[in-house]
Amino acid sequence: MEDSGYSRTRRTLFSSARLLSVLNLDGPLLVGLSLLALYGLAILYSASGQSIDTIVRTVIRLALGTAAMLALTHASPNLLRRLAPWLYLLGVVLLVVVELTGVIGKGAQRWLNLGLFKFQPSEIMKLAVPMLAAWYLHDRPLPPDWGSLGVLAVIIFLPAGLVAIQPDLGTAALISASGALLVLMAGLSLRVVSALLVGMAGAAVLGWNFLHDYQRARVLTFLNPQTDPLGAGYHIIQSQIALGSGGVFGKGWMNGSQAQLEFLPERSTDFIFAVVGEEFGLIGLIGLLALYLFIVARSVWLATQTNDTFSRLLSLCLALTFFVYVFINAGMVSGLLPVVGVPLPLVSYGGTSVVTLLAGFGILMGLYSHRKLVGS
Amino acid sequence: MSSRVRIKDQWTEQRIFSQRTVGAMLVIGLLVLALLARLSYLQVLRHDYYVELSQGNRVRLDPIPASRGLILDRSGKVLADNEPTYQLELIREQVPDLNNTLKRLAALGLIDPEELEDTRRVIFSRRSFDSVPVRLRLTDDEIGRFAVHRFEFPGVDLATRQTRHYPYGALGVHALGYVSAISEQDLERIDRATYAGTTLIGKLGVESAFEPQLHGHNGFRQILVNAQGRSVQRQGAYAPVLHSQPPTAGEDLVLSIDLPTQQAAEDGLGDHRGAVVAIDPSNGDVLALASEPGFDPVEFARGISRSEYAALSDNIDKPLLNRALRGTYPSGSTIKPVIALAALTYHLVDPNKPEFCAGVFHLPGSSLLFREGKTGRHGWLDLTHAIAKSCDVYFYGLAATVGAERIAAFMSPFGYGELTGIDISGEKPGLLPSPEWKKKAFKRPQDQVWFPGETVNFGVGQGYLLVTPLQLAHVASVLAERGKSFRPRLVTGIRDTAGMLHSVAPIANAPIEGVSGADWDIALNGMVGAASYGTAAAISKGASYVIAGKTGTAQVFTVSRSERLTQKVAERLKDHAWFIAYAPAEAPRIAVAVLVENGGFGASAAAPIARKVMDAYLLRQSTPNAAETAVPESQAAD
Repeated sequence: MEDSGYSRTRRTLFSSARLLSVLNLDGPLLVGLSLLALYGLAILYSASGQSIDTIVRTVIRLALGTAAMLALTHASPNLLRRLAPWLYLLGVVLLVVVELTGVIGKGAQRWLNLGLFKFQPSEIMKLAVPMLAAWYLHDRPLPPDWGSLGVLAVIIFLPAGLVAIQPDLGTAALISASGALLVLMAGLSLRVVSALLVGMAGAAVLGWNFLHDYQRARVLTFLNPQTDPLGAGYHIIQSQIALGSGGVFGKGWMNGSQAQLEFLPERSTDFIFAVVGEEFGLIGLIGLLALYLFIVARSVWLATQTNDTFSRLLSLCLALTFFVYVFINAGMVSGLLPVVGVPLPLVSYGGTSVVTLLAGFGILMGLYSHRKLVGS
Repeated sequence: MSSRVRIKDQWTEQRIFSQRTVGAMLVIGLLVLALLARLSYLQVLRHDYYVELSQGNRVRLDPIPASRGLILDRSGKVLADNEPTYQLELIREQVPDLNNTLKRLAALGLIDPEELEDTRRVIFSRRSFDSVPVRLRLTDDEIGRFAVHRFEFPGVDLATRQTRHYPYGALGVHALGYVSAISEQDLERIDRATYAGTTLIGKLGVESAFEPQLHGHNGFRQILVNAQGRSVQRQGAYAPVLHSQPPTAGEDLVLSIDLPTQQAAEDGLGDHRGAVVAIDPSNGDVLALASEPGFDPVEFARGISRSEYAALSDNIDKPLLNRALRGTYPSGSTIKPVIALAALTYHLVDPNKPEFCAGVFHLPGSSLLFREGKTGRHGWLDLTHAIAKSCDVYFYGLAATVGAERIAAFMSPFGYGELTGIDISGEKPGLLPSPEWKKKAFKRPQDQVWFPGETVNFGVGQGYLLVTPLQLAHVASVLAERGKSFRPRLVTGIRDTAGMLHSVAPIANAPIEGVSGADWDIALNGMVGAASYGTAAAISKGASYVIAGKTGTAQVFTVSRSERLTQKVAERLKDHAWFIAYAPAEAPRIAVAVLVENGGFGASAAAPIARKVMDAYLLRQSTPNAAETAVPESQAAD
């Protein structure tokens, strides 16, 4: 019995591995993503006030994202490279269309109503920008020279600018960040990086004049939330109360007073990280961060195994951008960063970001499984 | 075109890539550490602080008002208690069609159709889940009408509220005071936290003076609220433990007031403006304290309207004025027994030596003539008869002999010109004039001079001298007890929430020294004479006890221009009538002062009222003190 049980397990594992390899999926990454999705659903159930409807909608989005992931794992680096300019072009056109005819949602024009569901074209750019940048650098020697950097700047800031005027500063910043990360990974000299940082600081001062009032308010209240406890500072104060009152072990699932009694605004979307901290405490947050780190580390490892420039740059960029999402959201909720409206990847409710993110992981796994095995 | 010359170098690229990957992982590690540091700060170091904030967020204190202490008369009859009133309240979010509901309520006559718009506005100014009163003080009939139609009004219900109730209405209102909505001024002197949930506070009288005892301690109930302030039963999966503390009711007060005596005093005054104060001379207990006209304290407790208040405050008869404590009048001839005592004590008069009264008094060294009052000429009288017949001429001379300084010095221990120290506030001290006082009171040197004629007037209680009815009742009790007296008091006991009665010990004043028993006899015999064969002889008709009394007539000095123009001029120009008395003369149990404004002569207007009051108190078969006998007694600490 022992032996047959053992061999059955072996057989199951073996056939699972074969299935994964046929599907071009990476086992550890898939496990990490699945655990994260489950953790996210558990938290979302509590944060949404035990709304089954919310869970169903999220599961549908996860299914859509998984479908996109499964499809993209089969795309070869060559196919993705050929698609890159067209995807980028499509994204830019859609952004312009949104700008012209976009449906007004939450005071900002971000959505394209496709009848069945609303679609955010800016989500496409989160993938299209690094793809096009990697496409552009694929044939060129690294580190990129000044001419290439100029072209890359256009590739990155054209869509980022279009998103920023929607206005959706958070997504614009994320798009810029993913492009910038890619350029950084391509070997941009650190001297140039420091020069750029100084330049950005100067631009920030200038840019202040172009910010909308609510954007300025967000920055100001980030610097001192107590100045406006019932207005713009409310989010920050309440999320810190939620985190702090959660303590080390948390108040228990569905027992966080800040979240359950609706003191915490946007508790199932942008501020769901605070719900984790309130109900599961520091332990729960460390667990969540560990899952994220595992996914990032595994993705980076997968990226290092590819061996053409496009694959390496794109997959590394996707892995690092994922971390940036996590850090910006966690930093915002815990008061390290200003409130910029970035969802916690794969946990926050709503939007099309689940689909985009899983599609990104599909690309990552596909690039890994289509790697040329050098020397073998 | 140098870049075109460069070719892709796999090895360089690989090296850059590896370096950057390692660098990126390092940065990620640092950022995660920063995040963990921040989270540890919030969740470990500042945990307690944020727990408190989150508690404050979700738990609100819902105060439970303490029920106000009762006020009882000396025999335990309830003078003030609490009564529930019913009001109609509406919760907007539970009402299907607000406009229709309000219209149907108006059709039932439960809300005023003209206030429909105001009511709507009030409802919308509150949160949709708040219970908003739309109609206060429902009558029994209205409660019944609503009860029948209750099922037609989802979201509308009856609610109760405690309000103050005075079973005897306006009886004793100037002693009891009243309660009313807490005003801005009240908020400044009370501890707001302890009054959270309390709607009424004592104003005037005992209700105000003993507010801390009557108020009690409000309790509270913790309630769970969400971010909108809505009370909720549970949060997420569990219902948390919520604390509550029941209120402690206020303490009950036992008053010295004797209800039948108080009733007799107010009935006696009838429609007259005036005041009656009756004191038990043996301990200072105020048996009756009446000031007419009075007012209905319930109007204040239930919320007085602007026009109702204006009607009271603008009334020419001043119903809000407590004449017993705050009305100051010349004492008139009631002063004569005290003047006589002064002259006797200073050995300036031979009480047995008759003086001749020709109806007029010539002040030596002056051309002024001082005339006898209404009583004409008395012929020959000794001191006792001069008091009994209230001979002005005799006392003009006596006052001139004793002198103003000595009169003032002698009168002061009787309480003239000073607060009696009664245990409710608002008392006025009146005025005891003297040459020294006149120097301080007037600015112009020619006004500061004390004229000999003023001393002569002093002797019959006219001039600058001003007294309150309470002061004269106190003087009567001092005379009754031959110099001994107590501070007048309304509250004789406080019954705590456990039902224990703590009696308040009477506070004795310093007795009057230096007056011999023989001198007391002479003056007090004069008062007995006044009530038997003298000016107030009529009062003793049919009395089964011996009365000592003294009439008085206070001249009305000033008549304001506006009053001069009204029809009531003649009536309001008449003198004020005084009567002070104590009885039984041989063992006094009650001392009374009666003032009737514009009543004319004291003997006819004021003395009969005093008789009724004394009858009410003395002729009762027994004066049971139910409150004291019914409950165990313990002496108060002070």
